[in-house]
Amino acid sequence: MSTQNPHATRPVADDEAFGVPTFEANGGDWSEIAAEAARLGEERIVVNMGPQHPSTHGVLRLMLEIDGETVTEARAGIGYLHTGIEKNMEYRSWTQGVTYCTRMDYVAPLFQEAGYCLAVEKLLGVTDQVTERASQIRVLMMELNRIASHLVFVATGGNELGATTIMILGFQAREELLEVLEMVSGLRMNHAYIRPGGVAQDLPPGTTAFTREKLGKLRGHLHQLEDLMLENPIFKLRMQGVGYLPLAACMALGVTGPLLRATGLPYDVRKSDPYSGYETYDFDIPTATEADSYARVIVRLEEMYQSIRIVEQVLDRLDASAGQPVMVADKKIAWPAQLAVSGDGMGNSAEHIKEIMGTSMEALIHHFKLVTEGFRVPAGQVFQTVEHARGELGVHLVSDGGTKPYRAHFRDPSFNNLQATSVMCEGGQVADVVVSVASIDPVLGGVDR
Amino acid sequence: MSEETKDVVATSPQEHPLLEVVAVRHGMFGTQGSGDTSGYGGLVAPVVLPGPSERPYGGWFDEVVDILAELLEESGTGYAQAVEYVVVDRGELTLSLHREHLVEVCKHLRDDPDLRFELSLGVSGVHYPLDAGRELHAVYHLTSVTHGRRLRLEVAVSEADPHLPSTTSVYPANDWHERETFDFFGIVFDGHPGLARIEMPDDWVGHPQRKDYPLGGIPVEYKGATVPPADERRQYR
Repeated sequence: MSTQNPHATRPVADDEAFGVPTFEANGGDWSEIAAEAARLGEERIVVNMGPQHPSTHGVLRLMLEIDGETVTEARAGIGYLHTGIEKNMEYRSWTQGVTYCTRMDYVAPLFQEAGYCLAVEKLLGVTDQVTERASQIRVLMMELNRIASHLVFVATGGNELGATTIMILGFQAREELLEVLEMVSGLRMNHAYIRPGGVAQDLPPGTTAFTREKLGKLRGHLHQLEDLMLENPIFKLRMQGVGYLPLAACMALGVTGPLLRATGLPYDVRKSDPYSGYETYDFDIPTATEADSYARVIVRLEEMYQSIRIVEQVLDRLDASAGQPVMVADKKIAWPAQLAVSGDGMGNSAEHIKEIMGTSMEALIHHFKLVTEGFRVPAGQVFQTVEHARGELGVHLVSDGGTKPYRAHFRDPSFNNLQATSVMCEGGQVADVVVSVASIDPVLGGVDR
Repeated sequence: MSEETKDVVATSPQEHPLLEVVAVRHGMFGTQGSGDTSGYGGLVAPVVLPGPSERPYGGWFDEVVDILAELLEESGTGYAQAVEYVVVDRGELTLSLHREHLVEVCKHLRDDPDLRFELSLGVSGVHYPLDAGRELHAVYHLTSVTHGRRLRLEVAVSEADPHLPSTTSVYPANDWHERETFDFFGIVFDGHPGLARIEMPDDWVGHPQRKDYPLGGIPVEYKGATVPPADERRQYR
């Protein structure tokens, strides 16, 4: 329809709220607010928490209707971080799409990259041609990212309870892993490292040894965190029995990931529908049965140890597969540019530049065509899911046979899991809202895309 | 261009009313507006999505379609009235449905112990402006945790009558997903408990993920020039 005229938004209309006594509270003394409420004689109090509230895990807006300290109704409002990434991807080549989708859930960017690339490969029909080493590197990156993401959950969750020590320890541990990711991809976040057909470049020399060293340190950090949290009476009082979401509610609301596994169902896409060779690794799916916030912390901590197990196995395999290709052999798909690590970080590879600029005109033409035009993907649609740190990430891609995605849709686990906010918070205390939302571990970049 | 595409050129898209025409390509090299220097500029090739598949579909696909057909016959709806066609492509099963019976099909898929697609992974929309009368598609992704299976439901509606029954009564998980599809594509899900915009501001006009949504260029400070919007820039297509 051509009648659509986009325009900027006006301020929230006050027409509907006309005549209703309102007062604004931006922190401050609650007894004054309570006195004001008593003076107005209005018993229904709606508290707007966020979208700039530090305890809402980003720009999440919670609309709470409270009666004293009890939450009688809770609604989540999202959209404050909507940047149109899916729409943007329709105007960039299939390879450039990685750079966009990595920015959705910025705490766990490698899962979007992997899910997207697996979907593009399925559309191209080259899934079998992805080399073993490329899959191994993907598994390494994803598992390191899973630990890093769970550490952010522990850290920010602790911080929201007021436990700054947990936050400092969590971020310290995460930093160890980000150093590995930085060594491999050149960036701490938003890597754009996994590409359709493989990965951007091979691991730099010494990566496996460096990762093993970091894993040792990580274990120390994890034990320290466990000692600090798990038997802490305040931590347990705040967490146990809070944000209860049983299996039936999880299935009805499509809630996946650690929240679902904390109800006792060992559903994990890595086991039920393996990709990137996960079926060849030896690991368990940790579960708990309490289905509360505390159980979710336990499940995530256990998952970190399982991820370490996978990383140890994949490091041995990477040592054995050193020197093997990390991109599909098909030169019509494989990204031609090569990068190299030098003193000041990642940059152009002098050898590759020498070849295309000095010796082979055909190589230059090929490089130019593939980088500017990209490759064509046969028309059709696929749906690929991967086990994201927060649940099941689904990538729905439609191709029109062109050099760009016709439609890219990401079923972000946080987007779906946030729907459980009402069920988890209603009937509880206001302070428990913070704990419940933290236990969902939403990342608003992924929710709003 | 492959053999397949040539066949498509020979038969006009009107003869295949069920095939979704996603694009019509002109010329060979994807560029536009720079004149034809190749001699291939006159080529016109409609691009269509993979069409209906014939039995056997392979693997568990036949079993699932058989059970669903049986259930639909039993309930008096009839398989042919509910399921338009079945597509098997790239190892994935898609059931294209008539919108009237979408909720009933979802119910069967969720409740029958041999089907048991108990987990919905949401709804996504796709806009095919060239697929006359069926421009807007809603795509439902279902997963069976019990049997380890996945399938996709697709329902097409026209821009003039963009109404679909809401599936939230069967899959409450689709609540926000349907709101998002309404927000981005303008598909109205009848019976949804609160079909408000979710990502865009409440008073936004238009549905941004539609292909004909005006993107707007960026004015630059040079003699009134404008950086053209993304879809109008010279580019490979």
